[in-house]
Amino acid sequence: MLEAIEGSAAVARAVALCRPQVIAAYPITPQTHIVENLARFIADGALRCELVSVESEFSAASVVLGAAASGSRAYTASSAQGILLMTEVLYNIAGLRIPLVLTCANRAVGAPVSAWNDQQDSMAMRDAGWIQLYCADNQEAIDTTIQAYRIAERTELPVMVCMDGFTLTHTLEPLEIPAQEQVDAFLPPYRFERALDPMHPRSIGTVVPPEYYTEARYAHHRALLRAQDEIVAADADFEAAFGRRCGGLVSVDGPSDARIAILSIGSVIGTLLDARDEYPELGPVKLIKLRSMRPFPADALQKACAGLSDLIVLERALSPGGIGIVSAEVRAALSEMQSPPRVHGFAAGLGGRDMPLELYPHLIAAAKARPPVRFSIVDVDPSKVAEEDR
Amino acid sequence: MEPKREGISVAALHHQQPAFRGLDAGHMACPGCGQALGARLVTEAIGPDAIIANATGCLEVFTSMWPRSSWRVPWIHSLFENAPAVASGIEAALKAQGRQTKVVVMGGDGGTFDIGLQSLSGMLERNHNVLYVCFDNEAYMNTGVQRSSSTPHAAMTTTSPRGETRMGKRHLKKDLLAIIGAHRIPYAATATVAYPSDLRAKVRRGIEIEGAAFLLVHSPCPLGWGHDGADSIEVARLAVQTGFFPIVEMERGVVAGVMKIREVRPVADYLRLQDRFQHLFEDSREAREELQHLQELADHNIEVYGLRADEPHPRDSEGADTVRRGGMRWS
Ligand SMILES: Cc1ncc(C[n+]2csc(CCOP(=O)(O)OP(=O)(O)O)c2C)c(N)n1
Ligand code: SF4
Repeated sequence: MLEAIEGSAAVARAVALCRPQVIAAYPITPQTHIVENLARFIADGALRCELVSVESEFSAASVVLGAAASGSRAYTASSAQGILLMTEVLYNIAGLRIPLVLTCANRAVGAPVSAWNDQQDSMAMRDAGWIQLYCADNQEAIDTTIQAYRIAERTELPVMVCMDGFTLTHTLEPLEIPAQEQVDAFLPPYRFERALDPMHPRSIGTVVPPEYYTEARYAHHRALLRAQDEIVAADADFEAAFGRRCGGLVSVDGPSDARIAILSIGSVIGTLLDARDEYPELGPVKLIKLRSMRPFPADALQKACAGLSDLIVLERALSPGGIGIVSAEVRAALSEMQSPPRVHGFAAGLGGRDMPLELYPHLIAAAKARPPVRFSIVDVDPSKVAEEDR
Repeated sequence: MEPKREGISVAALHHQQPAFRGLDAGHMACPGCGQALGARLVTEAIGPDAIIANATGCLEVFTSMWPRSSWRVPWIHSLFENAPAVASGIEAALKAQGRQTKVVVMGGDGGTFDIGLQSLSGMLERNHNVLYVCFDNEAYMNTGVQRSSSTPHAAMTTTSPRGETRMGKRHLKKDLLAIIGAHRIPYAATATVAYPSDLRAKVRRGIEIEGAAFLLVHSPCPLGWGHDGADSIEVARLAVQTGFFPIVEMERGVVAGVMKIREVRPVADYLRLQDRFQHLFEDSREAREELQHLQELADHNIEVYGLRADEPHPRDSEGADTVRRGGMRWS
């Protein structure tokens, strides 16, 4: 049954359906509504769970680390400065191979201070060793949250579910909230093999000398690559159970003969779908949704891009002094193809700036550029920058 | 029948020996390491039904070089500054699962007084059912003896050297116990490896309590303090007998008991044994001034905690059970 509900509240419902035993979080916009909702469920007795109201995001991440290492299903969420404050712990959670789920309500990183959306926060964590899944809409945010626990627990890897701040977290729309029995069937109670237990004492987080470090990292890397199968399987099984899917690792929408495609990540996909309908005269265009940033699905992406002449990457994550983070990774992965498409890299919508439909014709026109656009921020207003930066 | 040897009851001795050792031999601590002894005593007193969260530091490193580990209890090391939060998470999980296992944090003074103070404060404020044990060796030893906020005034470390214009550390040792006390947790105490029976009793007290408990254990570091490994117990005992390291207990932030000193010794007796204070015995005005200053700090402790006594404290074993454990043998 459809229910009109805000994105954050919907994610909180999804988390509660997964029956977490320990939740720890710290307030930060635009994540705050998620934990506020969860705190209410717990206060009302609708969710039986230990809520640890910590003094920082650093401790929030550490609390869920300890809880999950003790065999409990654990959850946390944050944004921007909070995600960056967690950095050291996030690397640690992944290196210890502890399964848990974190929602990143994507927000620009200050300075300059911005409470609004882009994806530099989660992108800054892409090397931490987590699985990172990006949601195109709020239904995907619900469904991905439920899938995330299954993926985490089967791979013993933490999963970061990324949803655009405000665009998704604060948007009210009709959504399907799954039934508890259905979620229980999809996500049975979990037993963590390596849980801290006096009956089976283990030492977790030991010093690893050079003779073993490479192998430890290799195993972690392999586990992430193998997780691709789990991500695909979780989505397929979810579809079988709930009748919806989120698009596995990467999904393509549009006519098969289209030679041009736009690849994006997160909620921009919705804007692009509308824009394509708005401008049919611009010819056939495929839209490619990259859902999994880590593991990076190079093979699936190459397949999705077969036969293309031009691929436009549109993203909200900039590596200052480099190029767009997604553009760089996509270009590297496609360079191995027999005849790779030209890749044009664009960033737009940083710090919450709207991505208007009019961006679409601009992007399609830019695809004609020879040589391809290495990287450009498309929506810069020259009148607002200093002379020397124009 | 119980075997007897020269009037000694083997069964009684057996009884006195802890049945369980949470931290076993074979680790890589320096000979005479105070916190190696301290951690062993603490785990013996806790018993097997415990989970330990260890902050980064010497203890973590010398006990856990993969693929070996000295721990016989479940043990987790995450980071330098988050052990109290990790322990909070473990405790919350155990509560959610209906398990009774005791959660214990072990950390150095760097991890406790400095970088982990925020997460420790959070853990205490939320009154998690966790015993926090800080092994206070008064510097960052694992990284090669740098000053911490627990380093005593005037002590030399690699980042508070004695130089033309300096007499060692310029600042005072942080009064951590006052900060802990301000959280009004059920129980907090100081102890030292020189008085094992007192330490054990405090550990047992700490784990019996429902809620947060904190123990500050003075732990000599022969490498960092510059004394013979065989003298660790002697050094630690002198810290108490001079008033330099007061042994006290607090309930809800109020002092509830102290270990009285029968015969107060001059601080010079304590300082002289350690290289980190050698510059205070130079023939100079600065040296005499600083020595006098440290004496006054010790006198102040004696005064505010009321440490002077005619009768010895019942657990001031004066070496009775410390000598046997002393020196290089227990390293
Ligand atoms: C965030 C961070 N900063 C610095 C370090 C380096 N480091 C590791 S152990 C340590 C000192 C530990 O000192 P203390 O807590 O007093 O324990 P001890 O080694 O003296 O027992 C430092 C500075 C680290 N591991 N993590
Ligand atoms: S340096 Fe000090 S604290 Fe570290 S192992 Fe050696 S004696 Fe112990």
